[in-house]
Amino acid sequence: MSLALPAPDITRAITRISHEILERNSGSDSITLLGIPTRGAHLAKRIAQVIEGIEKMPVQVGTLDITLHRDDLRTRPPRALMPTLIPSLGVEGRNVVLIDDVLFSGRTIRAALDALGEIGRPKSVQLAVLVDRGHRELPIRADFVGKNLPTSIDQSVVVHLSELDGADEVLIEGGSK
Amino acid sequence: MKHLLSINDLSKAEAIAILDTAQELARVSDGPMKKLPTLRGRTIVNLFAEDSTRTRISFEAAAKRLSADVINFSAKGSSISKGESLKDTAQTLQAMGADAVIIRHGASGAAQRLADSKWMSGAVINAGDGTHEHPSQALLDAFTIRKHLAKSTDDLTGIRVVIVGDVLHSRVARSNVLLLAKLGADVTLVAPPTLLPVGVESWPCKVSYDFDSALAGVDAVMMLRIQLERMSELFFPNAREYSRYFGLNGDRLKQLKPTALVMHPGPMNRGLEITADAADGARSVIVEQVSNGVSVRMAILYMLLAGSQEGDLAGDNKELGTM
Repeated sequence: MSLALPAPDITRAITRISHEILERNSGSDSITLLGIPTRGAHLAKRIAQVIEGIEKMPVQVGTLDITLHRDDLRTRPPRALMPTLIPSLGVEGRNVVLIDDVLFSGRTIRAALDALGEIGRPKSVQLAVLVDRGHRELPIRADFVGKNLPTSIDQSVVVHLSELDGADEVLIEGGSK
Repeated sequence: MKHLLSINDLSKAEAIAILDTAQELARVSDGPMKKLPTLRGRTIVNLFAEDSTRTRISFEAAAKRLSADVINFSAKGSSISKGESLKDTAQTLQAMGADAVIIRHGASGAAQRLADSKWMSGAVINAGDGTHEHPSQALLDAFTIRKHLAKSTDDLTGIRVVIVGDVLHSRVARSNVLLLAKLGADVTLVAPPTLLPVGVESWPCKVSYDFDSALAGVDAVMMLRIQLERMSELFFPNAREYSRYFGLNGDRLKQLKPTALVMHPGPMNRGLEITADAADGARSVIVEQVSNGVSVRMAILYMLLAGSQEGDLAGDNKELGTM
């Protein structure tokens, strides 16, 4: 197990992503941040805090559970559903930024796009991830990436956040080095 | 969890997982798009050998909102009325590739028989078997109570529920007592001695013959239907006497706390076990029970059908977010 991203780097990455989101969307007026539970939801809250600190105004932030739209439901035991909380202005006509911890196969994001489509029609959908570890199985890419981590397929990337796990860190586990 | 036959099949954690799942699914039902792709391509058979309005349409609505294909099948108008056995019916359903069978049957244990047999491989959901159990009704009642009254997000600790009426013939009462007690609620059955089953003293609840004294401090009153169709002998002198002693009327309604809920699994005998002012009053959640039923049954179908059957849901949400 090796430490890929220590706590200060995670904080810096979140700050940079927040600035990039603001730059791309010319401010926070039009954006709605949706975190994918569990860790994406916490990352969304942190990014929202940074953006509110910069723009001095509240930003639309919520969560989007994708469990019911997964394509691997049948191959695994049933999973608990997590809350979907859409902020007050909804997604219709907004620039929605999906936020997740690790971008891997891209299947989570495909499910998220389906889930989003059932709620409304955003003006655009962007994707922010803390770690992009490669090995995509679908034509999906992130707009904002905290860190590109080249990994081998038999390794796993573990994100710990202080809200849930007591400390901020990104670890790479397993695999033959 | 492969089948849902009895509340006894559920651990407390599984019961709470169903209620939590139902809560999230209720939010979907409130949204603009009510349909989810989760059970696309699955076939669910509603096998109703006994009459039903709420349970059957509620399971049908739940299955359709999850995009499953539903085949409705009732005794009237099928070969069951020609005397076809449960075994032959089940084998027919198996041959048609049913992934789940929701069964209501007049014989206690019919669902268990179907699940234990090798007649079919799909999941079996008990939607009421004789005077035995009706687990999905108990789950939706617990969901309704929890939504309105639960102090903690988990269980029903400290909540006082009275279940009044024809306990003897009621599968709803048995499932509710088992589930509510499992979730920590304090349950009292109120009925004339003739309408209590043998062995009720071993149930995890108190028993009273006096409705008025049982009413004090109660959080939810659940009225049961007098099941005249199952009564072959006389259980009480006449309807007027029954409703005076065991009916929920305006006077008893006034003794309840302002926050107390009035519940009934339906169908109601208005004027017998419940008067119109109690059934339609501000405390009544009887109509809401029906809409909660759809969410709870979606949760049941999701838990039984959405995943593979290795492992169970409780405690398995750590992997979310990484695929």
